[in-house]
Amino acid sequence: MLAHLPILQVILPFLAAPICLILRKPKLAWLFALIVSAAALAVSGLLLQQVYAGGVISYELGGWAPPWGIEYRIDLLNAYVLLVVSSLATIVLLGAHTSVQKEIEAHKQTWFYSLYLLCFAGLLGIVATGDAFNVFVFLEISSLSTYALIALGRDRRALWAAYQYLIMGTIGATFILIGIGFLYMMTGTLNMNDLAMRIDAVESTTTVLAAFGFIVVGTSLKLALFPLHLWLPNAYTYAPSMVTAFIAATATKVAVYVLIRFLFTIFGESYSFGRHPLAEILIPLAIIGLLSASTVSISQPLIKRMLAYSSVAQIGYIVLGIGMGSALGLTASLLHVFNHAMMKGGLFLALAAVTYRMGGSEIGHMRGLARTMPLTFWAFVLGGLSLIGVPLTVGFVSKWYLILAAIELGWWPIVIVVLVGSLLAVLYVGRVVETGWFGEPEKPGRNEAPPSLLIPLWILIAANFYFGIDTRLTIGVAENAAAWLMGGGSGL
Amino acid sequence: MIEQLLSHYNYWVVIILMMVGFYIVVAQGNLVKKVVGLNIFQTSVFIFYISVGKVEGGTAPILVEGVDVYSNPLPHVLILTAIVVGIATTALALALVIRIKEAYGSVEESELQIRDQQC
Repeated sequence: MLAHLPILQVILPFLAAPICLILRKPKLAWLFALIVSAAALAVSGLLLQQVYAGGVISYELGGWAPPWGIEYRIDLLNAYVLLVVSSLATIVLLGAHTSVQKEIEAHKQTWFYSLYLLCFAGLLGIVATGDAFNVFVFLEISSLSTYALIALGRDRRALWAAYQYLIMGTIGATFILIGIGFLYMMTGTLNMNDLAMRIDAVESTTTVLAAFGFIVVGTSLKLALFPLHLWLPNAYTYAPSMVTAFIAATATKVAVYVLIRFLFTIFGESYSFGRHPLAEILIPLAIIGLLSASTVSISQPLIKRMLAYSSVAQIGYIVLGIGMGSALGLTASLLHVFNHAMMKGGLFLALAAVTYRMGGSEIGHMRGLARTMPLTFWAFVLGGLSLIGVPLTVGFVSKWYLILAAIELGWWPIVIVVLVGSLLAVLYVGRVVETGWFGEPEKPGRNEAPPSLLIPLWILIAANFYFGIDTRLTIGVAENAAAWLMGGGSGL
Repeated sequence: MIEQLLSHYNYWVVIILMMVGFYIVVAQGNLVKKVVGLNIFQTSVFIFYISVGKVEGGTAPILVEGVDVYSNPLPHVLILTAIVVGIATTALALALVIRIKEAYGSVEESELQIRDQQC
């Protein structure tokens, strides 16, 4: 049983997805999906523990030895990302039933759980696999289900947003496919570990350079790096609240993982950053994205769209850390992957609660929230503090490491950019808090969200503070994984 | 020069198709035409993979006596998967277009933008 954990991680939600449809009753499907994702969470916890204790786990699919067969390879990096994805998916699902009941038509609710699990399985698959082509297949499984999930939104603009995401997402995925094809052409292998070893001999060819370019651009589209982020604001804004909370917390993080995996494990740090001006390309884009998206989000009347732009800005921080090409920068990025998942998951759940009671998430709906929905309001405030990066929150930890990494390289302007980004976050979070605190509610009297929404919300908010104070787990894993990636990351 | 062009003509076809498809996706305002462009774009990648699998002088990868050079079957198998993914994407895109048409009454990008601004 324990030996089969890597495949169980992916196959559990994958098989459970169609079963949801057989169950028919939304509540039953929800319970079932919740149990399955909790099981997946348990599996990823066990995997991380095993990797910590015994090093890299290599699982041969169907008993075919790599590099001929497909290998699932769990090391510290993907065990960590698996844990992030499955814990966020489970916590969001905890509150899904209440919100979905209100936001999605009755006959589509079981489909929601089925698609949710399918998307979840796809994301886990991307992370668990050690085969480059398998990454593409799982990427498309998760993307296709995401497009359908977004289209479940009530607003007709959700359809338009899903269509735009589909076009851009497919171009991104096809770029990755072209890149993998070029790599296969030069090395004759698809196994990541094998690729990493064989690529050294051919790394001066233009074919490998083309592969590099296609893969970097393709993954940048998927992770919404400025200026390839155009699909994101609409997709997040018009998707049902729970879908937004789920994909904001997981999908872009998994794309970041794919980028890190290709840059550091397959191409290797010396190829990506030594041979090519990747840092000179990624860092300016990250900075422009960070500053412009933060500025744009200040003036958004729709709070969901404001947080969506803030997500683009946060991706800027993550890519900034990757672009530094140093162990400390990578540590900051990996920390922010987990930390941003927690804060954005929490904030979007708070908006789900507001939408549940007030019927929308425009700035007007937030008026007087401190009196009508105090628990939701304070959760939003605390999540917002984490987004800004106030000490004792996780947001502070990752920004601290990012600043340390910039100082280590002597890049003082970057330090200023990070601080300005935080100040802009004060403005856009502050605007909502101000309206919530001073505004007059339309209907006075307490109208708190139901406990089923408050529990997952407060779990995430509490996690924002717990991991902001006790940083042993996150920093320990991120530092080890970064050090190991910088050392080539293919050996062991 | 000419010889090199001709001997790699399959790759030139791939590049031309890829650019044509990509151009349609970017330049066309009609949602259905965009999907068609996307299909051409994806198909070029399929042809690329199949080209990669060709081994000069090799036959179909079926064990027969007297033949010992085979084309590489792996890219073909990979691209079967990618074709399935492509079909799923097209189907989903067209389904979305139908629903967009129902909700907006149009499948022209410019019209959709105007109608969204009105409400």
